[in-house]
Amino acid sequence: MTVDSSAASEPRRSAAGKAGTTGSKTGTKRTTSRTTTRTTARTTSKKSADPELVQLLTPEGKRVKNAEYDAYVAGITPEELRGLYRDMVLTRRFDAEATALQRQGELGLWASLLGQEAAQIGSGRATREDDYVFPTYREHGVAWCRGVDPTNLLGMFRGVNHGGWDPNSNNFHLYTIVIGSQTLHATGYAMGVAKDGADSAVIAYFGDGASSQGDVAESFTFSAVYNAPVVFFCQNNQWAISEPTEKQTRVPLYQRAQGFGFPGVRVDGNDVLACLAVTKWALERARSGEGPTLVEAYTYRMGAHTTSDDPTRYRGDEERLAWEAKDPILRLRRYLEASNHAEEGFFAELEIESEALGRRVREAVRAMPDPDNFAIFENVYADGHALVDEERAQFAAYQATFADVEGGN
Amino acid sequence: MTEKMALAKAINESLRRALETDPKVLVMGEDVGKLGGVFRVTDGLQKDFGDSRVIDTPLAESGIVGTAIGLALRGYRPVVEIQFDGFVFPAYDQIVTQLAKMHARSLGKVKMPVVVRIPYGGGIGAVEHHSESPEALFAHVAGLKIVSPSNASDAYWMMQQAIQSDDPVIFFEPKRRYWDKGEVNTEAIPGPLHKARVVREGTDLTLAAYGPMVKLCQEAADAAAEEGKSLEVLDLRSVSPLDFDSIQASVEKTRRLVVVHEAPVFFGSGAEIAARITERCFYHLEAPVLRVGGYHAPYPPARLEEEYLPGLDRVLDTVDRALAY
Repeated sequence: MTVDSSAASEPRRSAAGKAGTTGSKTGTKRTTSRTTTRTTARTTSKKSADPELVQLLTPEGKRVKNAEYDAYVAGITPEELRGLYRDMVLTRRFDAEATALQRQGELGLWASLLGQEAAQIGSGRATREDDYVFPTYREHGVAWCRGVDPTNLLGMFRGVNHGGWDPNSNNFHLYTIVIGSQTLHATGYAMGVAKDGADSAVIAYFGDGASSQGDVAESFTFSAVYNAPVVFFCQNNQWAISEPTEKQTRVPLYQRAQGFGFPGVRVDGNDVLACLAVTKWALERARSGEGPTLVEAYTYRMGAHTTSDDPTRYRGDEERLAWEAKDPILRLRRYLEASNHAEEGFFAELEIESEALGRRVREAVRAMPDPDNFAIFENVYADGHALVDEERAQFAAYQATFADVEGGN
Repeated sequence: MTEKMALAKAINESLRRALETDPKVLVMGEDVGKLGGVFRVTDGLQKDFGDSRVIDTPLAESGIVGTAIGLALRGYRPVVEIQFDGFVFPAYDQIVTQLAKMHARSLGKVKMPVVVRIPYGGGIGAVEHHSESPEALFAHVAGLKIVSPSNASDAYWMMQQAIQSDDPVIFFEPKRRYWDKGEVNTEAIPGPLHKARVVREGTDLTLAAYGPMVKLCQEAADAAAEEGKSLEVLDLRSVSPLDFDSIQASVEKTRRLVVVHEAPVFFGSGAEIAARITERCFYHLEAPVLRVGGYHAPYPPARLEEEYLPGLDRVLDTVDRALAY
């Protein structure tokens, strides 16, 4: 079983070529008008689809036209659509397995992405191979799109490392736990991309809670001032642990962009097609030198913040049920079925693949060894440090005393 | 080639050399461009290397360090300036949670060749937040290296070495010594970055200091010599790692140690030195390790700073106390 779906990776590649630059001019115009109209039409609507929400697939799975964004998914093939569906299903399956592994004591913690599959797969598949992704700690779906082996994500949650993959292998940075810090790293990286004269783009993920962090505001400032090729992808999942988005902002989050001088757009975060289209548009803006964009993916954290959280203390079932009706996977399935883009065999095979993934993840986690004791002292510095050497030697001597005790017995 | 220049100019020349020799080196900070920095340390660099390499940044310290981290991830070697010691704290989070830990977090896959320059210390009659010595707050953090030159030659070469380091280096510049001139040989082969240096040999007691306090300790040694006391002066140069071997070697000879820094004594680097040297040199010591430094009070208004900062008399009094054991 491979991590990367060949079918679904095609949209990512197809964005790579000319399509990426042709729309740039009109993109600018659209941008300007969008920002103005959207910010003047001040909205306080919080929970439902409002006129400002970019949506290509309704919760019922009906494809709706969108003059601005249809072009970005116009060429999408049934195979690619099935690829997106497969990505979401497998990501959800992986996520469920990780939650189960935490309950079984195999992981210390898990941050579930349940409900955010469309936002992550849509945006992740919009990226090109040479783009660079800066995730939070919940971007398991984006990691999947980038080809990071999902079992590598589990090391930090099992407590065997703080990040078990080489960020440069897949241009997928390590998970960042301090909220919002990575938006500045993404901005700096994007500044470097621009200095190099490359046409790659950078995408920074963060959440509604992080939007309150100073680092996020500073990353908006820096990226705007330097016109850095970065997309800020905010998954507004409505909850920052127990605090609803109203505790973070008095205006819709995407409107924040205007004050910094770049466009912001709100997309239906449970609509994988819309997320794909809007993110492609934003990445193409970045690539063609038009600077940063804020995308607010309006979605819902269906599960707990992490496995340590108890959402029953702060929110009711009605809200979750309302969002379940807008489930990202269900709506694409409805569309695939209604448009005859997938046969029953596809879904059955995917089910088998899904279970195989769960099994593989389970086995990999259980086989994951604890790190060597001396890993404490490894990679603290690239060029070494006298104190680390000294303390490593002391630790070795201390460890050796146990060997003597065992030998003596 | 040897030239006499001020410490600030030595750093300027060192940055210039780094910009010339490595296209990945960037200089970033508030007012570092046209103005040349508030202390003129980056004077003329933007004119010669352009504004894409010598970058005026928005006034946001976390943003400066955070974007420098991103640039380092892209393969650049940013040298960022924090305008004054007391302004580093908005960036403290990025320095401590990201810059210091990225290499370990990535299991060694990622390197963070970032230099954070901080003009530090008092003695220039400044307003609040412009005279502090926060080096101990950084020394407590694994993953960072911390150095502070005391003279022009070290300033030049330690900056070269800091920029070449693949680890993040916090480079504390003794702002009250910026205008002190010294010989700089730009062709000499420098010693290791984190090695202390005996700047004056002595037999009765060791004075250990770094940055702005080295000169004071040399003056103290001169004064003590007139009274027939022979003090050894050790320029530590590096706060993390600390060169305990050199301190130990000196103390085994002199049997007495006084550590001097501007930073508050409480939990200061002198405390760590005292603890370690007591352990290493227990049977050599004739007196407890004593410390001279700032008080456990906010840095005072400028009219009081001479009372707060270690001065010649306080150092000599402490030397006398140590010799009296």
